[in-house]
Amino acid sequence: MSLVARHLEANGIPTLIVGSARDIVDEIAVPRFAFTDLPLGNPVGPSGDAGQQRRILTTALRFAESAVVPQSSVVIPVEWNGAQDWRATYMSIADPAALAAEGEARRARQATKKK
Amino acid sequence: MPKANRTFVSYIDKSREYYAAQGYDAPYTWASHTDAPFEPLAKPLSECRVALVTTALLSADARLEPYTAPSQPAPESLATEHLFWHKEATNTDDLGAYLPLDHLTALASEGIIGSLAPRFAGIPTVYSQRRTNRWAETIREALAEDDVDLAVLTPL
Repeated sequence: MSLVARHLEANGIPTLIVGSARDIVDEIAVPRFAFTDLPLGNPVGPSGDAGQQRRILTTALRFAESAVVPQSSVVIPVEWNGAQDWRATYMSIADPAALAAEGEARRARQATKKK
Repeated sequence: MPKANRTFVSYIDKSREYYAAQGYDAPYTWASHTDAPFEPLAKPLSECRVALVTTALLSADARLEPYTAPSQPAPESLATEHLFWHKEATNTDDLGAYLPLDHLTALASEGIIGSLAPRFAGIPTVYSQRRTNRWAETIREALAEDDVDLAVLTPL
């Protein structure tokens, strides 16, 4: 999506990314980025929390209006009321044997598909 | 508290380690830039026509290609199961959490933005950056047709 932002912006359409994968967006480098430190899947605010979504979106839009240079970014205050260990549980490598087996199984499936 | 890791998740590091643990030796090569283009907003936010762009698809069996769909009425739901969001921690049952069409309609009626564009756009997440860049032009054409002043991209 960062590539899309760069393409749109380079061709005359201002863009704002509202997202949670800060390192990826920073690495690709985009015009305007509002960072929400939430589990992937809810960039605009926690699922079921319309009030917070509205506040985040409004803050992000006002930030976009104020930006005057590329790679402008802001950290939007967010509140995550679900399990607080979500950073650790995403793509966890705590069980290497299970992951290795999963990888093997996927490669076997893909090899069969190709035949 | 002193710590050895960043507070914010590094998805580049996480995904590299995760796929390495699955036996994929060649890590994904991310696009990388040290500068970015910039196009100033042509008018105040309160006069801007705003469009949303998502990585969700209209349905689970939709073709992998960019698409547009009417902003209003907002779809009941979109297909997100194929994307790499945190399925143990949250859900995508609430469109407002990732494609806030109704919130933008409300912000338009309050005069915070000018209007919501008649269509939103979607672009599948794929491995190939060349394909993504080609699809980005399809999205640009649709947004330009709708005279969009600001595109808000909300990747899952």
